Amino acid sequence: MTTVETPAPREMTVIYNREDKIFRGVVTGGALTSLLVLGAIGIFLFLRGVEIFRDNGLRFITGTNWTVGSGDGIIPDDFSIGAMLAGTVIVSLIALIIAFPLAIGGALYLEFYAPRSLRKPLVTMLDLAASIPSLIFGLWGIQVFTSFGERWAILINNWLGFIPIFDVQFENFGRSPFIAGCVLGSLIIPITTSVAREVYSRTPRDLIDTCYALGGTKWGAIRSVVIPYGKSGVIGGAMLGLGRALGETVAVYLLLNLVFRYNFRILESEGGNVASLIATKFGEATDYEIKALVAAGFVLFLLTLVVNMTATTIVQRSTPRA
Amino acid sequence: MTNTSSDTATATVEPSKFAGLETRGVHAWFGKHHALSNVSLKFPVRTVTGLIGPSGCGKSTFIRLLNRMHEFIPGAAMAGEVLHNGGDIYAPNVDAAEVRLKIGMVFQKPNPFPAMTIRENVLSGIKLAHLKRSNHDEIVEMCLTRAGLWKEVKDRLDASGGSLSGGQQQRLCIARSLAVEPEVLLMDEPCSALDPGSTLRIEETIKELAEKITVVIVTHNMQQASRVSDFCAFFLTEGGPGYLVEADATRKIFTNPADSRTADYVQGKFG
Amino acid sequence: MSTTTAVPSPSTVEPKTPWSTSRTSQVRVAGTLVLAALAAVGVVQFTGVAGIDGWAVTFFGLSLVLAVIRTSRVGAKERKDSLMKVIITAAAVTAFAPWLSIFGSVLLKGYPGLRPNYFTQDMSLTVPDDFLEYGGAIHAIVGSFLMVIIATVVTLPLGILSGIYLTEVRGRLTLLVRFVVQSMSGVPSIVAGLFIYTTLVFATNTYSAFAGAMALAVLMLPTVARTAEEVLKLVPEDLRSAGYALGARQWRTAFMVVIPTVRSGLTTAAILGVARVVGETAPLLLTSLSNSSLKFNPFDGPIGSLPTYVFGYLQIGTEYAVARAWTGSLVLLVIVFILFTLARRLGGKDKR
Repeated sequence: MTTVETPAPREMTVIYNREDKIFRGVVTGGALTSLLVLGAIGIFLFLRGVEIFRDNGLRFITGTNWTVGSGDGIIPDDFSIGAMLAGTVIVSLIALIIAFPLAIGGALYLEFYAPRSLRKPLVTMLDLAASIPSLIFGLWGIQVFTSFGERWAILINNWLGFIPIFDVQFENFGRSPFIAGCVLGSLIIPITTSVAREVYSRTPRDLIDTCYALGGTKWGAIRSVVIPYGKSGVIGGAMLGLGRALGETVAVYLLLNLVFRYNFRILESEGGNVASLIATKFGEATDYEIKALVAAGFVLFLLTLVVNMTATTIVQRSTPRA
Repeated sequence: MTNTSSDTATATVEPSKFAGLETRGVHAWFGKHHALSNVSLKFPVRTVTGLIGPSGCGKSTFIRLLNRMHEFIPGAAMAGEVLHNGGDIYAPNVDAAEVRLKIGMVFQKPNPFPAMTIRENVLSGIKLAHLKRSNHDEIVEMCLTRAGLWKEVKDRLDASGGSLSGGQQQRLCIARSLAVEPEVLLMDEPCSALDPGSTLRIEETIKELAEKITVVIVTHNMQQASRVSDFCAFFLTEGGPGYLVEADATRKIFTNPADSRTADYVQGKFG
Repeated sequence: MSTTTAVPSPSTVEPKTPWSTSRTSQVRVAGTLVLAALAAVGVVQFTGVAGIDGWAVTFFGLSLVLAVIRTSRVGAKERKDSLMKVIITAAAVTAFAPWLSIFGSVLLKGYPGLRPNYFTQDMSLTVPDDFLEYGGAIHAIVGSFLMVIIATVVTLPLGILSGIYLTEVRGRLTLLVRFVVQSMSGVPSIVAGLFIYTTLVFATNTYSAFAGAMALAVLMLPTVARTAEEVLKLVPEDLRSAGYALGARQWRTAFMVVIPTVRSGLTTAAILGVARVVGETAPLLLTSLSNSSLKFNPFDGPIGSLPTYVFGYLQIGTEYAVARAWTGSLVLLVIVFILFTLARRLGGKDKR
């Protein structure tokens, strides 16, 4: 039998004619512009704020002062966002802790327990809820929710006040991280519920059928199959919600008093987050203060970037590729 | 048994002396679509019955009526009786989950629970049904042995269920179904997603299982039906609901069937 | 076991569903729920538990207890199933409650301000405390409209071009572009505002609608680009192959075959982008500030917008000012809902 030598593959080139070259040029130009515009934000923020990092180093992130200098050197400028960063994290965590179980419950209900006639209207309502601007959450939070929230805060303080985080110095609960956390929690429930529902709906039907075939109940099937299957997708959804909460400005601005102190007592009416700090201070800020705000914005940007990228990676890994 | 209109499911049906699985005049609907018509069939204990016929004639629908899985499909409806050990499994106040413990099912595509180990997979039925068993290790060994998988996996019971080959996964599913001690095992084309080698091994397993329990197997593969089953039931449809043409001992169906359509089918003239 | 059946005659058998819960069982369950609801009212009256939330918690607790009682005779398996059903339903109701409350509040409290003058007058001649027959929000509506249009004009072409780049041209920058677009969709809106503030506003030394529009554009761009890419990705490869096989050049294939197929999808991308930014407050606070007079010039100083309007009047805090804020929210919410419904209606229209 004669052996045939496999020839080396030929090089194939594509030559675009003039029309196509223009087309490709324009399109690439458009994409490049998007790239530049979006990439410029990160670069620009860093460059503008780098002076602050050089002057203060790590203290910028851990300290709690925000003093505008007197300009003549007697009282120096001293800016640090530690308290605000802590506030960002605390309020967002409270929001996540409240939102996560409710979102899972909501997703499971929609996917497995809701009567079929209700399912579509509820999903529509879910999508609409995800589109409500956060400003309206803030408005509702102040005008409607605070009275409820205060009642619960008082209850928690009465029954669980021996635990340090539920203790308070002054019995004024209306503008506390707890209330802000509840409102933010309501804000992020829609997105987390949507992602969770998507993930749960993709559970292979025959795995669920097998649970029934083995004599299990609906909850048995959910616990053994649906929840493990959707674990990573749901966590990704939770992180997306967390990313949203971390960057939230207006709702927190309306609900929290800006106090520059590390505050871990979540029922106490003081706090703040980085975003509302920027919104509060930018108007009358001195030049150096602006740089500090920009640096703060950069830190916030990095934080949300990391959370969002982790979330997207997790969600992508959990969805089977078509 | 001739064509009878058997919609007389009353509570005073005489207890059948037939201690196995039996259907009387069973129909199935999906919404308004009449999918299965008037099937009356007896499955004697400790035998293998093959359900054969061209695709679309309601075999899978029928088998899902036998363990009350049909009702999960939205819009599903049925008529007639399915009797197990003399009692209608569709009678009011019958617990469907209990029925499914006695009448188990293995599906077409092997589907071990991906988040569980081999051992956990075998025991999953016990956990789901909240059965009180203290001899877990014994059960795992016994079920895997009956399914013909023990020797291959006994040293890696903690490996993930998904790490096995297709044929092994299907045998794991069989072991899983056996753990809850069913009296009947329904199998919906269990080998159609497997290679010939695995198929033969599962057919051997089926024959061994039939020494203790009743097996009902839907299959597209006539040669498989002739290898594995003691009885065969031939289903057909002419565009309308599927119905039972003929049911008899396998040898008779394949050598000297009573109906010409059966003869045509087993000779490969259609389907 | 030999059975033979001839072709069946038309059946006279009626389909039944013996597995569905019987009437008596359904009535029983409904009855226990009503009982629990009434009992919860009683508990609320006689103990210190207050308000609708107190009633809800009591109702939930009682339902759990009743579920346990109802399943006391059956096995642990059914009991767990019943209990989890109550818990999951309660979680879902709690999850949905805030939005229901928001829809309801906005409707109830915003409705009184919905008079004709709301859409014809601005607030340049009216004090926030005036009765609601005076003044309006036309300046805010126009301001938002103006900024959104400018932002869309800038973003839409860029976003669509990026989408085309990623799906049709697929050059060497593909991974980088996709990565940047992806990561930028999570940019906090305040940071986008800060970016424009420290660049455009400083450079032009003024707040303006244009600056506001640019801040919104930065937020819109990732949404439009990603949606455009997803929509274009859905075009089956054989459609392009058909175009190329007919000898068409790349740009002709793109414009005459691919894009027309996804026309409504691209419109959806635009609408979704708009819906995302029309309610954004934070970036506008830093770029377009706010204003009480009607204005049309996008380059000339601060301009009002719906979000800053609501924000401002809420902060004033007096009764009529807050009422105006609620009405502004109602208008905003209606706009957002209309946009999303439009987007969804269009999204299904592409024939592939």
